[in-house]
Amino acid sequence: MKSGLRLSSKLRGRAAAFGLLPFAVYVLLFLAVPTLIAIGTGFFDKSGTLTLGTVAALGDPVVLTTFYNSFWLSALTAVVGAVVGAIVCYALLGARPDGALRTTIDSLSGVLAQFGGVMLAFAFVATIGIQGMVTLYLRDTFGLNIFENGVWLYSTPGLILPYIYFQVPLMIITFMPALQALKPQWAEANATLGGTTASYWLRIAFPVLAPSFIGSLLLLFANAFSSYATAAALVSQGSQIVPLQIRAALTSETILGRENLAGALALGMIVVMAIVMVAYSALQSRAARWQQ
Amino acid sequence: MSGGLTTGGVAHAPSRTVRTVILGLIGVIFAVPIVAMVEFTLRAGLVGGYNVDRWVALFQSGFTGVYRPVLIALGNSVALAVGTVTIVLLLLVPTMLLVHIRFPQLRRTLEFICILPITIPAIVLVVGLAPVYAIVARLLGSGVWTLAFAYGITVLPFAYRAIQSNLDGVDVKTLTEAARTLGAGWGSVLLRILVPNLRRGILAGAFIAVAVVLGEFTIASLLNRVNLQTALVVVSKVDPYTAVILSLLALAFAFVLLLLIGRLGAPRTRTPRRRTTVKGPA
Repeated sequence: MKSGLRLSSKLRGRAAAFGLLPFAVYVLLFLAVPTLIAIGTGFFDKSGTLTLGTVAALGDPVVLTTFYNSFWLSALTAVVGAVVGAIVCYALLGARPDGALRTTIDSLSGVLAQFGGVMLAFAFVATIGIQGMVTLYLRDTFGLNIFENGVWLYSTPGLILPYIYFQVPLMIITFMPALQALKPQWAEANATLGGTTASYWLRIAFPVLAPSFIGSLLLLFANAFSSYATAAALVSQGSQIVPLQIRAALTSETILGRENLAGALALGMIVVMAIVMVAYSALQSRAARWQQ
Repeated sequence: MSGGLTTGGVAHAPSRTVRTVILGLIGVIFAVPIVAMVEFTLRAGLVGGYNVDRWVALFQSGFTGVYRPVLIALGNSVALAVGTVTIVLLLLVPTMLLVHIRFPQLRRTLEFICILPITIPAIVLVVGLAPVYAIVARLLGSGVWTLAFAYGITVLPFAYRAIQSNLDGVDVKTLTEAARTLGAGWGSVLLRILVPNLRRGILAGAFIAVAVVLGEFTIASLLNRVNLQTALVVVSKVDPYTAVILSLLALAFAFVLLLLIGRLGAPRTRTPRRRTTVKGPA
């Protein structure tokens, strides 16, 4: 009886393992293989021989500047997005999760965070472009020319506002579940022990939420760092951030007189992203401790 | 317990006034670009003033002629969204449940794989996808729908997060064991116990998947496929006003779509059905 049970559970275990196969094959074909190809090309020159020359291009001042631009743009918009998004989440705390307010804001956030891309570029051209609504309003009403020192919308500083515009909704989507997982019992315990609202937030909620908050912040950073569509539609000249540099490397044969630069840039990008995401994963497992 | 975190019991929620002030202020700021888009489409030309000529012209032409490609592109994008959600439902959800129930030791591995696409930006992935799609095109044809395979990967982190956070809140193991003890087969455990309990997470996952696919530009553009976003960029070069009108329509369409998908799950969650007693055979 006992051995029979063990055998059948072993068999079933094997059958269950087969259940993992379709997903494994899918991920292998469409995630692992493309990634290896993308990174691998950076290590080969055009004739197919192994070289470190292309990877060395990452030390080029032009490439370093692009990475620096991408870095501060992502960091700035992630911090602003995370703070503003967290405030919105806080405001939504009392709203019924299935009420009209939450459903509307959830849908709006979904649209703006994941749907924007190209269309956000159009929106900001219509807002703060040379003939944009806000530009004209400021000029006609206050005599203020926002482009006094040149048109900045179509270069890196111009990306800040559109990026914040999709970072805040992403924060709402990712941070709201953590805020909602705060247990009423903790507030009760706090009240029973004579704590105030301030002590609840400072001593209980903030420490519990901190890993989730920083985790979401890192996710926002990664989101901005890898974002391509808005920048591609807005910035037509030059390649000030890494994704645009990759576009340039993909569409033209040589940049900085080097071949396969796209692969090297891709490698550099993946290294930055990997560091961020390892930290994110560590924080996530900390956050999960309080969400059981 | 699954529906226990709703309403009433939220501690230290802000007062109605505070909530209104915060949401009002941020709402107004976020409305500005959308209002600007509307204003832009209503401009009557160089002389100033406003009219609705451009909207009328677009609708009177019935999306024929110049605008027809956009309609086809929208069809492509919707088909891709359906395909991607299918991949999430048929590949990701069963795998997550299987790992959760039978192979808990693989949980970190699965999480790592699912979060990985965030680490690998679409712009990087597309470099490696080009050769893969050369083979895919030979096997399955070069139809636009094949892009759904790539989009399934793009969507993975978002869908995973949504479903996993729901999975963490439901005691899957106890539910499964209870159902199995009462004689349920794996099929009914999956469809009658787990899927209903994980409805919110799965819906949220589908929710984000649809939005991601409808807004996707990078992969389609660099693999030379036509979807909604690439079509909009083409139109914007010829006629920026029409591109903005179409963008507004697309944004509104996506909003309504997400609202509908969100609502799908809502009515059933609202009924306070308590099944504390499970008696008799299933």
